[in-house]
Amino acid sequence: MIFPERLQALHSQDPQRVAVTLQFPAADDLPVTLDGLLRGSQSFAHAYAREGIQPGEVVILILQHGEDLLYAFWGAILHGAIPSIMPFLTEKLSPERYRADLASLMEVTKPAAIVTYPDFEGEVRMAIRDGSSVRAVIVTDQIPPAAEVDFDSLEGFQRKPEDIVLLQHSSGTTGLQKGVALSHQAVFNQLNAYSRALNLQGDDVVVSWLPLYHDMGLIAGFLMPILSGIHLVLMSPFDWVRAPYKLMQAVTKYRGTLTWLPNFAYNFCAQKIRDRHLEGVDLSSWRAVINCSEPVRWESHRAFYDRFKDYGLRWEALQTSYAMAENVFGVTQSRLGSEPTVHEIDREAFMVERVAKSPFDGRPSMKMLSSGYPLENVEIRILDEHGNVLPERFIGEIALKSDCMLTGYYNRSDLTEKAFRDGWYVTGDYGYMADGEIFVSGRKKDMIIVGGRNVYPQDLEALTYEVPGVHAGRSVAFGIFNEEQGTEDVVIIAEVDTEDPLEQQKIADAIRLHVTKNSAIALRHVKVVDPKWIIKTSSGKTARSANREKFLKELQETKKT
Amino acid sequence: MSNLISNLSSFLAEKILKQPGRVIAPDEPLISSGLIDSFSLMDVALFVEDTFGVRIEDTELNADTFDNLTQLAALIESRRS
Repeated sequence: MIFPERLQALHSQDPQRVAVTLQFPAADDLPVTLDGLLRGSQSFAHAYAREGIQPGEVVILILQHGEDLLYAFWGAILHGAIPSIMPFLTEKLSPERYRADLASLMEVTKPAAIVTYPDFEGEVRMAIRDGSSVRAVIVTDQIPPAAEVDFDSLEGFQRKPEDIVLLQHSSGTTGLQKGVALSHQAVFNQLNAYSRALNLQGDDVVVSWLPLYHDMGLIAGFLMPILSGIHLVLMSPFDWVRAPYKLMQAVTKYRGTLTWLPNFAYNFCAQKIRDRHLEGVDLSSWRAVINCSEPVRWESHRAFYDRFKDYGLRWEALQTSYAMAENVFGVTQSRLGSEPTVHEIDREAFMVERVAKSPFDGRPSMKMLSSGYPLENVEIRILDEHGNVLPERFIGEIALKSDCMLTGYYNRSDLTEKAFRDGWYVTGDYGYMADGEIFVSGRKKDMIIVGGRNVYPQDLEALTYEVPGVHAGRSVAFGIFNEEQGTEDVVIIAEVDTEDPLEQQKIADAIRLHVTKNSAIALRHVKVVDPKWIIKTSSGKTARSANREKFLKELQETKKT
Repeated sequence: MSNLISNLSSFLAEKILKQPGRVIAPDEPLISSGLIDSFSLMDVALFVEDTFGVRIEDTELNADTFDNLTQLAALIESRRS
């Protein structure tokens, strides 16, 4: 099966069914029928053909939430081209950095075309260097008008199940170098297994505000509902973050049944929604609100439940999943209808012995929330540092095998090769198994996850070195967990030569401004320190975890005084 | 007005930037500079509503409505009267 065939089959069943409802902050909801979706997408497919884009070539989409993004994406699929969605420039990010990111994405991905708005075309063209692979910048006002759907006119039907259907990138300089390439078959294998874990039904309604350039938004909050013939209600992440109550109102209005959220969103919704925005809200239709893409926290579920239980939310609707783009999306899913397992484990045994034991003698304990059971097509192993399989309850690196793995990192076979060990994909996440369930406890990589976004500390450190007064190799970036917000805060520490507090404050401000402008990541703590503060390993590399410990200790001490 | 500004300034320094000693100049860009990120914008709106009884609608939470303390204070003043 390939994507266009599935769309055609759905279209033949009921072309007038509403496939997607788009929501906007200051306009009426826009229902898009399956026929409307295909007509709009067909226009883009014809535009790609007109520009000489060949099936199998990459098309980068630089568009915001709305009809154009919807049609440009599915149009690429109908034409057989490979779409990849790039985040749109926001006011937080500097245009220079955006251009540099785009250029680095183009260098690896070698797209044949870029799609954008007329008023952003200039920006895009500035990023295109001599000898670039890009043959066309397609602007949205030059798309032919929608016409009756003619499947015979679409080249995408010639694709094979094993062909790459789309690319998915994570953010930042490092993330943009690693485009996860997925085949039609891998996506369908994932959707089949995942829908069974969810017991997906035709009358389910997915409500999502997640960005489509992230695997959770792209798969769970976009491809799955559309390819499964299920109603999708979609709003923009930028609107949601300013009006989180709109999620609750959308669930009420459309009787939403399924939503995916990163952990921080549970805290955010619990803390930042006013009663007046909840008048008439009824969340009883929600059968699963699935916590995914950040470490899952029982405390966050509790806060969310306490805030919304009077509005029909059921405790057992709060679910968890462990997912990654390399497996298309879901690796595990908790069992819907019952509450995910919570382990109370001994803190010291967890830290020192790396094993999850029941607490004893009243010693300090911690709560671990299960991420559920492996999907039926996924096998999981927990490995020690030598690659040996660990027994139950021992913490090690999570490795997996499935029939829905990535084809590879696009044009980066070197990275693809490194990611696998004996046919197992080694995730870089730590966790343990118990009674068939997986408990994810942390990660091996230094990656910071903030607000559901993966951030590479080396990217932030490299940006810090660009600030006058900071020398290369004398900065460290890491994340610290913020209990209240349910996600990580980003910390940057930089050594400078000056000891003048006023100068140091100026440099700290400059770091904050520069890093934020160039990564779109807000920094919570920027600490400028005297030389020799930063701990280095014997080989001179920055030891992020040791510096993190040192910072946390100092933070504790300043709180005491 | 200056009272209003210093009140807002200490809230931002303490709660958003986690730098209680930090002085924010009245004309220092807040949103366009990235000093206040989108997640914290809601906090500003909630603080303004609770402290001054003035509502800032979600569609107004952007640099076009206010981008520094002087503009934010002026917005609050105009809605209080």
